[in-house]
Order: sequence, then C-alpha cells, then structure tokens
Amino acid sequence: MTLPDLTAIELREAIATRRISSAEAVAETFAQIDRLEPTVGAFLSLFRDEAAARAGDVDRRIAAGEPVGALAGVPVAVKDVLCTTFGATTCGSRMLERFHSPYDATAIRRLLNADAVIVGKTNMDEFAMGSSTENSALGRTVNPWAPDRVPGGSSGGSAAAVAARLCPVALGSDTGGSIRQPASFCGVVGLKPTYGRVSRYGLIAYGSSLDQIGPFGRTVADVALLLSVIAGHDPADSTSVDENVAPIADYLDGLDEPVEGLRIGVAPAFNAGAEPSVRAALEAALDVYRSAGAQIVEIDMPHLDYAIAAYYVIATAEASSNLSRYDGVHYGYRTPDPADYVEVYTKSREEAFGQEVKRRIMLGTYALSSGYYDAYYLKALKVRNLIRGDFVRAFEKCDAIVMPVAPTTAFKIGEKVDDPLKMYLGDIYTISANLAGIPGISVPCGLDENSLPIGLQVLTPAFSEAKLLRIARMYEAATDWHTKKPAMVQ
Amino acid sequence: MSDISYEVIVGLEIHVQLCTKTKMFCSCELSFGQEANARVCPVCLGMPGSLPVMNGQAVEYAMLAAMALNCTVAPFTKWDRKSYYYPDLPKNYQISQYDLPIGSHGYIEILLDDGQTKRIRILRAHLEEDAGKNLHTAGNFSQVDLNRAGTPLLEIVTEPDMNSPSQVRALAVELQRIMRYLGVSEGDMQKGHMRFEPNINLAITRPDGQFRTPIVEVKNLNSFRALERSVAYEVQRQLDDFLETGVTLQMGNKSTRGWNDQDEVTVLQREKEEAHDYRYFPDPDLVPVTTTPPWLDEIRSRLCELPLARQTRYVTQYGLSDYDAGVLTAERPTADFFERALAAGGEPKRVCNLLTQVGLKLAKDRGGDLSSLDLEPVAVADLAKMVDAGTVSATAANTILESMVATGKAPAALAQELNLIQTSDAGELEGIVDQVLAENVQAVQDVVTESKKSKKARGFLLGQVIQKTKGQANPKVVSEILERKLK
Repeated sequence: MTLPDLTAIELREAIATRRISSAEAVAETFAQIDRLEPTVGAFLSLFRDEAAARAGDVDRRIAAGEPVGALAGVPVAVKDVLCTTFGATTCGSRMLERFHSPYDATAIRRLLNADAVIVGKTNMDEFAMGSSTENSALGRTVNPWAPDRVPGGSSGGSAAAVAARLCPVALGSDTGGSIRQPASFCGVVGLKPTYGRVSRYGLIAYGSSLDQIGPFGRTVADVALLLSVIAGHDPADSTSVDENVAPIADYLDGLDEPVEGLRIGVAPAFNAGAEPSVRAALEAALDVYRSAGAQIVEIDMPHLDYAIAAYYVIATAEASSNLSRYDGVHYGYRTPDPADYVEVYTKSREEAFGQEVKRRIMLGTYALSSGYYDAYYLKALKVRNLIRGDFVRAFEKCDAIVMPVAPTTAFKIGEKVDDPLKMYLGDIYTISANLAGIPGISVPCGLDENSLPIGLQVLTPAFSEAKLLRIARMYEAATDWHTKKPAMVQ
Repeated sequence: MSDISYEVIVGLEIHVQLCTKTKMFCSCELSFGQEANARVCPVCLGMPGSLPVMNGQAVEYAMLAAMALNCTVAPFTKWDRKSYYYPDLPKNYQISQYDLPIGSHGYIEILLDDGQTKRIRILRAHLEEDAGKNLHTAGNFSQVDLNRAGTPLLEIVTEPDMNSPSQVRALAVELQRIMRYLGVSEGDMQKGHMRFEPNINLAITRPDGQFRTPIVEVKNLNSFRALERSVAYEVQRQLDDFLETGVTLQMGNKSTRGWNDQDEVTVLQREKEEAHDYRYFPDPDLVPVTTTPPWLDEIRSRLCELPLARQTRYVTQYGLSDYDAGVLTAERPTADFFERALAAGGEPKRVCNLLTQVGLKLAKDRGGDLSSLDLEPVAVADLAKMVDAGTVSATAANTILESMVATGKAPAALAQELNLIQTSDAGELEGIVDQVLAENVQAVQDVVTESKKSKKARGFLLGQVIQKTKGQANPKVVSEILERKLK
C-alpha cells in the first residue's frame, strides 16, 4: 500500500508515531498531485511552500513531545468557497478571481487548530451553483473514474481529489446535494451534517438557509474524524447550534458498534425514478442491512416530489440577495471602462458572472419581487414545511431513511450543460435533506455497467450524526465498495 | 382669496441612533469623527462569507424605547433584508424589520403652547442597521466611509397628527428628551444621532371644494430650528404653489426636497416617488427574536418617569412655574439631581432657584450636566435650608454654591469662611439701626413726614444698615426693626 492510499486516520497514526513524517506525507501528496492533477484538475490553487512549512512545524512539535491536534500533519484539501487568509478565495468565479479574504472561515480555523496541513483549494461550480463542476469559470475537473465524465458538483474538485488519492480528506459544501452527489459520482464518502452543526462563518453564501459545510473521505471513519474537528457552536454564526441543545461528540467513538434493532425506511415509489443500475445497487444495499439484522420498513414521503420546485425558489431567492454585493463597487471584478456609475454595476455583473449564476439570480429576484412573493417564495416555504413534516413522520417509523444519491451515475462532460432543467432534476434525491435541515451521507455501494461508482444515501434526524455514521459504517464494514479504486490510481 | 382656509398635515419619520457599545450586528465600536473606515470589520463591511450576529443591547434599547412610546412590543419579531443597490450599502441590502416591527401603535404626548397636551400617534418603531456615507470630495471619483455602516438605528414613524410647525418641533424635542431620559440615545442632532424627516402637505378648503397638496418629504435637517422652519417654509410654498398651479395630491407625485440652512428654503431633490421594490424577505442568517414575558418585565422595570409627566408633576406638586419645570426636566440628570435634593429636605422652589440660577450654568460652563459637578444633592439641600432659616441670604447662597462647586466644601463652612452668615439677632441689629438713624436725620425726617421721598429714604436707611454689617444683616429683620422705630 502506497502512501496516497492511506486514510487520514492511518496517516495521522503513522505521523504521530513517527513512522513517517508529515513532511514526507506532504511531499508525497504533491508528488501524487504532480502525477495526476494535470488530468484530474481538482485544484484551483496549491500551497506547496506553506504546506511544507506547516508539516515541518508539526514534525518538530511531535519530535519535541508537544501535544498536537487531531489532524496533525494530515494533508487536507478545501473547497474554494471557504475564506482563507492564504491564497485567493474564488468560488470558481471570474467575479472573485482576485479576492483575498482578510479572515479565515471558522471551519478553516478549526482545521488549522487541529494541525491539519491544507494543501490546496478545490474547483467547484461557480458560487456552488451546479451539479457537475462544469460551471466553474476557472478550471475543468474530470471524474477520476472516467476522464470524459463529470465528477459531480458543486464540490466536484474535493470529491475528485479524494477519489484520485491527491489527499485523504477534503471539505466541501452542500446546499442541495453538492457534497453527497459528487461523493457518489467519484466513489468516496461524503457527509452533509445537520444545518447548524458546522459554522457557516466564512463560507461564501449561496443559499444561506440550506448551505452546510461537510467532509469527504474514502472511509466513514475519516469523515467522522473530520466532522469531529469542524463541528460545534460558533458565536459568529447565529444559526450554528448551541451545544447544550445538540451536543457534539467525538464521532469516532463507538463508530464500529452496529445500531441494535435498526429500522431502515424506504420510499419505493420515490426511488422508482432512478435508473436500473442505481435501483439494483439500492436493493443490494438493503439486503446488506437485512443481513445485519435491520428491519426494512416502507415509508410514505408524499411531498418529496415538490422538493426541486421549492428548492429552486428558496435557494435562488437567497442567492439573488447574497450575490448582490458582487457589483464591482464593493466586491469582485470591476468592468474596466464604464460609461457611468450604473454601468459599473451592470457591466461588472454581466461580464463576470457565468450563465448559471445569472440564471439563478434572475429566478430568485423574480421570486422575491413584489406581487410574486406570495405565489413563489412563500409557497415554497410552505412546501418546505410539508417536507420537514414528511421526515418527522417517517422518523417515527424508522431510524434512518435509505435512498439513492442521484438517479444516475456520472454523466458525460457536456451532456447536460445546455439543459439546466435536466441538470436540476438530477438533484431530486439530495435536495430534501437540505430543505429539512437533516444530515445525510453518501457511501459507495456499487459500480454500474460502465464501472462508474454508485452511492448509497442514508438520512437520519437532525443532530444524529453519530448514529448516521454508525449506520453508514455498518454498511461499509459489510462491503468492499469503498476499497475500489479508479483505474488511474491502480 | 379670503374665503380660503387650510390645515397643515405633518407626519414624521425619525431615525434614532442608539448609543450601544457596539454596532447592530458586529463587535465594532460605534464611531464619530474617527478616520474613515477605521471602525470596520468583515461583518459590517459585508465581506463574502461573513455573518451578522444580533446585538442584544440594541434590541433591549429598542424595546425600552417602544415601551416609553406606549407601543405594543412584538412578542415575536424577525430580521428582513431590504434590497437596493447603493455604494454606501456594503451588502446591497440593509438588515431591517419589515412586517413585524419591534414596536407598533403607540403614541407620544407633547405640550402645546397653550399648556394643553396633545397625543401624536406612532405607527411603528423598528430596528435596522445604518448605511455608510458617500463622500464626493476627491475630485472625479467618489469615496465611501463605512464607519457608520451597521450602527443601530431605531426608525420611528408617526401618524400625520401634527398640524403646525411648532407641534412638529415640540414632538421632536419631546422625543429627544425621552430618548435621553431612557439613556438609549445621545440624541445629538448635529452628530446625526437623530434625523427627522417630515412629510408635509395641506388640506385646503375653498368654496369650490377641498383639496390636498402633494406630499413633500424634507431631508437634511440638522437642528430643531431647521425642522420647524422647514415646515413653515413648506406650508407657505405649498399654499402658493397650489394657488398658482392647482396641482393636488395624486399617486406618485410625492416629492423629496432638501433643506438649505443658509437660505432657509427647501430645494427639490427628487421629483417623483420612484416605485421601489425592495424585495424584502426574512434574513436567513439571523434567528427570530421572541420577547418572553419575563424579558419584557425586566425591560419594563428599567422604565423611568417620562419627562413630560415629571414636568407636569413639578408644576402641580411643587408649585413651580411651567418654565422652571421645563428647565429642570429638560435633561434627566438635572431632574434626578433636583429630586435627590428634595429628598434630602430642600424646599422645592429654593432648590429650583439654586439649580436654575447657578448650578446649570456652572455645569454648562464645564461642558457637562449636574451629575458631572463635584456637588452632592444633599449639600444643595443643606444650602437651601440655610436660606430658608435666614442664615444666609438668597444672593449669598448663589455665591456659596459657586464656591461649593469650586472647592467641594460644605455650605456651612463656606458661609463662615466667606463671611456670608446673616445677622438676624434683633438685639445686635437694633444698636446698629439706632446708630444709622442718628447719623441720617434728613432721611428719618422724610420717612416720618411721609414725604414724596419716603419710600426712597426707607430703602436708603436699610441699605446703610446692611452696609454697616458688611452685608451680613438679614434684610427682613432689619426692615422690621426700622418699621417699628420709625412709626
């Protein structure tokens, strides 16, 4: 087993016991990046010197017997939606191509406090709007399993980086599936925590009531480790949850203990829309849980069919407001030669935002406009409540809900770019968790006829990440899909 | 022309800057006069990824103000984004309160010139963050100073219940007094702590019907005087305009005019009310606020007797004049000081005179209020008692009060030190009176014969006695002795 194959947990053990140094781990990481990144295109920026310096510092402290953090010396990649004081924070947009944040996001601070080594920032759909990373204005990321296919999105860079063994773990953000779907497409584990579990401070906002930062890894344990580092209340984020209300935990504790008397909920009618290979993998996964002693119960989720419509009203409404500060006056690209003051606004936005971002700003602006607010935004909020209700009722009958992550496996680059509606419909299985605010995880559960990874999605009630991870781990422990590697790293 | 009558109709929109320690949604200190963009952080700059966190003190100040304005305090309120693009607005939306203002449906009582009170209804009072300031002093580009961005503002909207320039002024003065009493705003108009924007029009009655002139909103008012005069100016201007053009109020013909303080005129700024669509929606970055009954009770316990109520009470309870009561209640430290002196046994009128004639002047000279002087209310009460007991004269008491402030010494000690103790000992004074009478035969003659000079002569003799005692004779006692001896 070569170093890039090590998990974050194995790597931190090796570094802590000085079997290898963090400096070596980081050097090997960049060697792997040098080999594969020209094909994969996972990163928008790399921090070779800073990473080497940090690794050296961690090594010194370990040698000196000083205490070190939970990720001491472990290379980590972060999605370029998180503000960092080092490098640019671009959001994959021309608009912020030259934006340098004067502060670090809370999640970044927590990584650094845990002595992680941040090696680079990963590619993404512009402002996290998209499901294929094709909407990035600054780079093209491919799926490590099939370079003619998309890695998923919007956190496609982070998923591809972990899949291609460019780093063991990474952070992404998930507004409508942007962690789980690329994790599924790239054959890695991706977790969207409960809304409020991880501080959003320093996460450049797309849909503020839906956005949540979460980890990618190749194992459930690595994802649990990363969540333990980034979770917790932050006074700088009013929507981050009080730990007295929802205590955080070391999510590695008891991770391997199966959940006794587990009841898994399934909504067959809702899942019927997935393509056959995905449905087959889901059925097989249910058998795995049955074999582990779980009971499978049928649940009814009558309102999930309206999730996409509600989501694309709420998310775009919030986005239209969140993105209004990028105007060439306050933040972002400024048009070089405006005729007047109004043109500074109009031309800067016209020239620096991509098509999908403009489309969503238009949709959201329309939904919030006087005379349309009640028909669109308010109605969408009501649907959101109904969807929350569906989950509350479902969780009275089961501990977790299992469903596909996406109706298909990774599609071809360019296949859907001209058909936004088709792209939106691909979010059908992931969006509800964001609307309901509950946690969801994607774990590898098969390969389709083209040897493309399939993901299994598990959802549990709000703030039950510990249980969610255990349930996901039960599946992982009984299968070997998470050990499959794309051809490029074999 | 003579058979035309009109009524002035004015409503006010008021922005009150709350004197919290920090800004509405971040921990930057409030700023006045600092170097541009010195009091800013990622949050009030609206940096990508930054998030607002509500300032609890601002909410409590707003609740307190709403209670004092007799408003209903919302049991549940929230934050909304108000979208518009402007360089001084960092996020291109302002965090405000749209449909659930923290206070609604209250009123404020003002004192009219005839001594009657009038109720001005308040439609709503809501909290919001202030914007920054655009500066156009750098040649061919503009600059933005965001020190003020994020400062907590309480926006108060009245119903159009004011019917004269003086009523508008009275409302403004009363509101300032209330905000200062509550300690929720410094209320300095010059510094922009209170910004008043009147909406003015006229209801005109003529034999051919009733007419309403187009509503004008006036901005740029930096003093009570400017506020009052701008309303007076608008009344005349709108009347003239109506008589000349006949234009009346219609949808969309409200205009905005700016007050020119130099020329004392309003100048057209915006002809038509633009059809703004602010696309309000609840701010997902902030959690709603539930004002629980225990919290409301706690805030209510901080309410004090409001200035107008105090002023009225001073007249009825202490027999002070309207004027004196107004002076004493203008600032809360003055009224509090006054009442503490009364509690220590000072006679109201006597204490009032000492404070209004000397105390306030000294405080003003030192740029503060009474509480900033090295002066205890109980010491002022002691001094007042000395006047009442005839130990010192009222004039001497003023001198003593000045020395008390200068030296911090007790009034009795100062009276000794400055030789200001009055002699009221009739026996001692009798001798001096006899001596004066003996020395001034002509004056005595004038008095006794009740000649034309009698009154003047009496005064002269009294003066002579006072002089001989180096001002320490109690004039009242001396007069009595003189009266008796010259019968």
